[in-house]
Amino acid sequence: MTVQAAPLQKKSSGELPDRVFRSAITACGLSVLALLVLIVYELMSRSSLSWHAFGFKFFATSDWDPVNEQFGALPFIFGTLVSSLVALIIAVPLSIGVAVFTTEMCPKVLRGPLSFFVELLAAIPSVIYGLWAIFVLVPLLSNYVEPFLGKTLGWTGIFVGPAYGIGMLAAGIILAIMIVPIISSITREVLMVVPQNQREGVLALGATRWEMIRVGVLRNARAGIAGGIILGLGRALGETMAVTMVIGNRPEIAKSLFAPGYTMASVLANEFSEATGDTYLSALIEIGLALFLVTIIVNALAQLLVWTVTRGQPARGHV
Amino acid sequence: MSEPMASVHVVVPPVSLRRRVTDHAMTAVAVSTVVIVLAPLIAIFGYLLYRGIGSINWAFLTQTPKPVGEAGGGMANAIVGSVFILAIASIIGVPFGVGAGIYLAEFGRNRFGSAIRFTADVLNGVPSIVVGIVAYAIVVLYQKHFSALAGGVALALMMVPTICRTTEEMLLLVPQALREAAYGLGIPRWRTTLSIVLRTATSGVITGIMLAFARVAGETAPLLFTAFGNQFWNLRYNEPTAALPLQIFVYAISPYDEWHRQAWAGALVLIILIVTAVAAVRYVVRRGTFGAA
Repeated sequence: MTVQAAPLQKKSSGELPDRVFRSAITACGLSVLALLVLIVYELMSRSSLSWHAFGFKFFATSDWDPVNEQFGALPFIFGTLVSSLVALIIAVPLSIGVAVFTTEMCPKVLRGPLSFFVELLAAIPSVIYGLWAIFVLVPLLSNYVEPFLGKTLGWTGIFVGPAYGIGMLAAGIILAIMIVPIISSITREVLMVVPQNQREGVLALGATRWEMIRVGVLRNARAGIAGGIILGLGRALGETMAVTMVIGNRPEIAKSLFAPGYTMASVLANEFSEATGDTYLSALIEIGLALFLVTIIVNALAQLLVWTVTRGQPARGHV
Repeated sequence: MSEPMASVHVVVPPVSLRRRVTDHAMTAVAVSTVVIVLAPLIAIFGYLLYRGIGSINWAFLTQTPKPVGEAGGGMANAIVGSVFILAIASIIGVPFGVGAGIYLAEFGRNRFGSAIRFTADVLNGVPSIVVGIVAYAIVVLYQKHFSALAGGVALALMMVPTICRTTEEMLLLVPQALREAAYGLGIPRWRTTLSIVLRTATSGVITGIMLAFARVAGETAPLLFTAFGNQFWNLRYNEPTAALPLQIFVYAISPYDEWHRQAWAGALVLIILIVTAVAAVRYVVRRGTFGAA
């Protein structure tokens, strides 16, 4: 039986469509890079007015006076950093605990549902967190938690003042609830990459389960866990709605966590659409630029850390 | 163990009390972290159901907002507005996202591909409010007013990096042998990619699109100064448009009980919309194609 090969000229007729297809697809790929360039370009060109007017002083002064066109972003930077820091202090131990429990301790049957529930937290829109925080978390804080903290830890100076409920502490707590799924899902991924024989080796030396986790697992996964934490930080820094709804929105720098504050993202949310005057708008966009740069650096750092552990898999906490 | 062959029994020294207690204590700590993390989840869903179900009624789903002080009214225009903005976002964002994902999976095994991959992962972490500023700058400033299109562009900008990465992952699951078989039959590359690779991975790709969709559906921040909100019906792309998350935000921070009630109803509708959209598409996809994922 002889087989007739198909005429080869057919191949050459496929070349042009192939080239068109390849350039179209490459253009789509380029659009991702273009998107980054577009963001940087728009933010920089539209904030130049404020940059020329205030220079570095913009980030070091705390007057925010739209009427007299005096703009200093320090209270917002302070609020963003403090609320994110509070969130990390609460979320990091919880997230690592959940990740350790799901990968190392819990029965196999529970593993799936448990990670599903934790990831369900990531699917709730920010505005619903804010809604819940206003009507449940804030009253809880002002009636019970803040009076208690004031009585027991008031001497530290960071838990003093009237217990409004609304303020830096509320923002930090709601942020913590929101970033736990990110940190814990990445920590879980990283822990699962730790080779099984590391665990068996440590157990064979007579370690208890906790010693095995501490020495054999957590120590090996340090870089990846750090990546997850930084990714959570990135999310906390840029989170807008829930924070805006509970932080109190007052551009002040206060030592107490009970006091109202303001963050970079919230001032954009509240004032951007009402900004009258070019300098005002430009100052707000400059805050956006600063927020963008900080989150880009933080995220790039986190991606690199997670990549070194999981070898090229993306960090998926936010999907 | 030092005398060879003498004994087959290995004597394990007893674990000290302190180490045993630490072990149990740490287990208890891990369990309690799980409880502490799940508590707000249950609280949020429980309270959402409790307040939401009590507040949803026919008027809420079919009417536009009433002026302050008047009872009744609803968020029908915001529900439709949200769907409208999301449709615009998908029309713009999905082709670019899927295209970029195809590029990464089929042509992106090089440094340029890695650069795109890294950029997409980093863009995923850009705060949504910053994306809103960019959409404001490239759409609102040219149109001179807020619009549904601007809101759609903002959400599209957020969808592209997410869809790009999930599409790539799904295409990489398609066995290499399938591509080789297609080339062996003389099928050109573009045809192989679209009709064989992409077709095989359809259900996975659509699942990725739905994840991106669900993520932007609840976004409020980028809509504040793009879609802006509207008390009335609007289905024109160049006019300000109401959106469910925006309406929830405005009502939640208002001082009126009636509006708070509606905010909870809106939140419940939003969650239900997101969950059913994802579930419905998953169901259709799983039935319609020979699923890869």
